[in-house]
Amino acid sequence: MSSSSLSTETAPATPSSAPPRATRDAFGETLRRLGADHPQLVVLDADLSESTRSAKFAEAFPERFFQLGIQEANMLGTAAGLAASGKRVFCCSFSCFVTGRFDQIKVSVAYNDLPVTIVGTHAGCAVGPDGYTQMALEDVALLRTLPNMLVLQPADDLETTQMVEHLVTGHRGPAFLRLTRQKVPRVHDAGYRFVPGAVDPLRRGSGLAICATGACVAGALEAAARLVGEGLSPTVINISTLAPLDGDGLVAALASCERVLTVEDHSIVGGLGSAICEALAERRPLRVHRVGLREFGESGETEELFRKHHLDGPGIYLEAKALLAEAPR
Amino acid sequence: MDLDQLVRTLEEKAPRYRVDIVEMLAAAGSGHPGGSLSLIDLISTLYHHALRQRPSEPQWPERDRLVLSKGHGVPAQYAVMADLGYFPRAQLWTLRKLGSPLQGHPCRSWLPGIEASTGSLGQGLSVAQGIALAGKLDKGSWRVYCVMGDGETQEGQVWEAALSAAKFRLDNLTVLLDYNKLQIDGFTRDVMNLEPLADKWRAFGWHVITIDGHNYRQIIGALDEARQVQGRPTYIIAHTIKGKGVSFMEEQVGWHGVAPNREQADRAIAELRTRAGLPLTEAVR
Repeated sequence: MSSSSLSTETAPATPSSAPPRATRDAFGETLRRLGADHPQLVVLDADLSESTRSAKFAEAFPERFFQLGIQEANMLGTAAGLAASGKRVFCCSFSCFVTGRFDQIKVSVAYNDLPVTIVGTHAGCAVGPDGYTQMALEDVALLRTLPNMLVLQPADDLETTQMVEHLVTGHRGPAFLRLTRQKVPRVHDAGYRFVPGAVDPLRRGSGLAICATGACVAGALEAAARLVGEGLSPTVINISTLAPLDGDGLVAALASCERVLTVEDHSIVGGLGSAICEALAERRPLRVHRVGLREFGESGETEELFRKHHLDGPGIYLEAKALLAEAPR
Repeated sequence: MDLDQLVRTLEEKAPRYRVDIVEMLAAAGSGHPGGSLSLIDLISTLYHHALRQRPSEPQWPERDRLVLSKGHGVPAQYAVMADLGYFPRAQLWTLRKLGSPLQGHPCRSWLPGIEASTGSLGQGLSVAQGIALAGKLDKGSWRVYCVMGDGETQEGQVWEAALSAAKFRLDNLTVLLDYNKLQIDGFTRDVMNLEPLADKWRAFGWHVITIDGHNYRQIIGALDEARQVQGRPTYIIAHTIKGKGVSFMEEQVGWHGVAPNREQADRAIAELRTRAGLPLTEAVR
C-alpha cells in the first residue's frame, strides 16, 4: 500500500500549489543531481538529448554520456553492454522511437536481465502537432509483456524524482520510465513517498473508482471533484507502477467499488486498462470501462487531443457519468 | 606456450571439438551444425590464445570478454568451454533439453561464462561495443571480442555499430567474422551480397585484416595484430567453410539448421577421427 497521504471522503485531493512541470524536466534534473554520487551512472541518447533532458547530465558528466546518434537499436545494445560491465545505464529517446526497437529491448536488455532504464519521453498523443508517428501509444503494451521489466509512469514531478532515485539506487533489473513532454500539475503532497510496485490511492471512496496513470491523473482528480460536488464519492487511484501491477493491492483499494474507469494516454489495448482488466478478472471481476486511444493519433494541440479522447477532467467526468448511468448487469 | 606448441594444441583439439559438436547436435536432435563447424577454429583459437579468462571464476573482473553474436553457433563455444572446465563435460549432452543451462542460443542468465544472450541476429556487436565502452571508462586492460556471422551482417544494426565503434575509437574491440558464405536461403552473395566487405569496413574507419579462418597461424597473427592497433577497432574477415571437417556437410546449405541423425552423426564422427588419427572405437560421451 502506498504511503501517500489520503484525503477524506469529504475533502477530495486538490492539486498542490506547486507549479505544473513536465516529468521529463524532473527526470533530467534528478539524473544530473545523482550523477555526482553515483560514478557508475551512464547515460545514452539518440540525438534527442535536449528534448529528453538527458543533456542536463551530459553537461555535468560528459565522460559518462554517450551520443549514439539516430541509432536506437544500437543504443539499446550498447546500454546492455555497459550494464553487463557494472554500469547503471539510462538510455533515452522519444518513447515511440526507443520502444519501437522491441527486439533489442527483449533480447539485449531484458533477456540479459541488466540494469538498463529505458527512458521514453513524449509519451502518448500529448505530443500533439507532430502527429501520430511521434506518438508512443503502444509502448506500455509492448514492454509489459517482458517478465522482468519494471514499467513506471509518474503522475507528477515529485513522483518522477523519486522514481529516478529508485532506479539509480535501488532497482537491479531492466526498467521503462514513461515521461511527458507537456507540463502536468502536482497531484501529490510534499510528503508523498513513491513505493515501487504499489498502487497509489489518492482518494478513497465507494461505488466508482477512477484508475489513471501519468498525465491523466490530474484530470481524474478534477473529474472526481465534480462528482463529489454532486454528492458522489469516487475512489481515485494513481497507477504509477504499470508492471508488475499490484493486483492484490488494487483489489484492496477497490474494496468498496463496483465500477472502474481506467484512463491513460495510450492505446486502450495492452496498457493500464488491459492490466487492470487482467488483474480484476483473476481476482474480483468488476465492470471496467477503458478510456484511451481507440484509433491512430493525429496532429492537434495537446489540449485538443485530450479533449477529443476524453483524457482531460471534463472528458473523464463524462465517461464516469456514462458508466454510473449503466443499469446493473 | 610457444607458437608451434600452440598450433599443435589447436590441431589436436579441433577434431575432438568437432566430434563433440556433432554428438551434441545429434543428442539434441536439432541445432546448427554448419555454422558451428565453420566457427570452431576461430572460437578455439580465441580461448586458447587470446582470451584471458579463469574458467573457475567466470566473473573475474579482469577477464577478456567474448560476445557470440551469431548465437546459433554456440555449440562450438560450449565444446571449448566444457574442455576448459567452465562446466562438466556431461552437460554437453543436455544441449537444448528442458532445464539445461546450455540453451539453444547462448543465455547469460543460464550459463556463467556467457557474456551476452544472443540469437536475434545483428545485436551482438552493439552489446560488445557497450562492454568496450565500459572498459574504456574503467581504464581496464581487458579486451572485447565479438564473433559474427556473414548472414547477420545484413542487419542494419551491424552498420550502426560499425559507425559508432569507430566514432568511439574502440581499439579494445575486435570482431571476427565467420565468413562461411552460406545462410539459410542460399549463398550470401545471392541472398544479400555483402561485398566488397573489407572496403566497407575500412571506409567505416576500422582496421581490417583478412585471413583463412581455418589456419591457426593466421588466426593467431590477426588476433596479435589487433592488439597492437590504436585508436580504432579491428575487423577480422575469416574466410571459412560451412560444415568444415565433415565432408558431406561442407558447403551444403541444407546443413545450416538441421541436426544429424544417429547414422549421420556416427559417419561424421568416424570421418573426423579417421582424418585425425584418433581411435574409432572410443566412446564420445
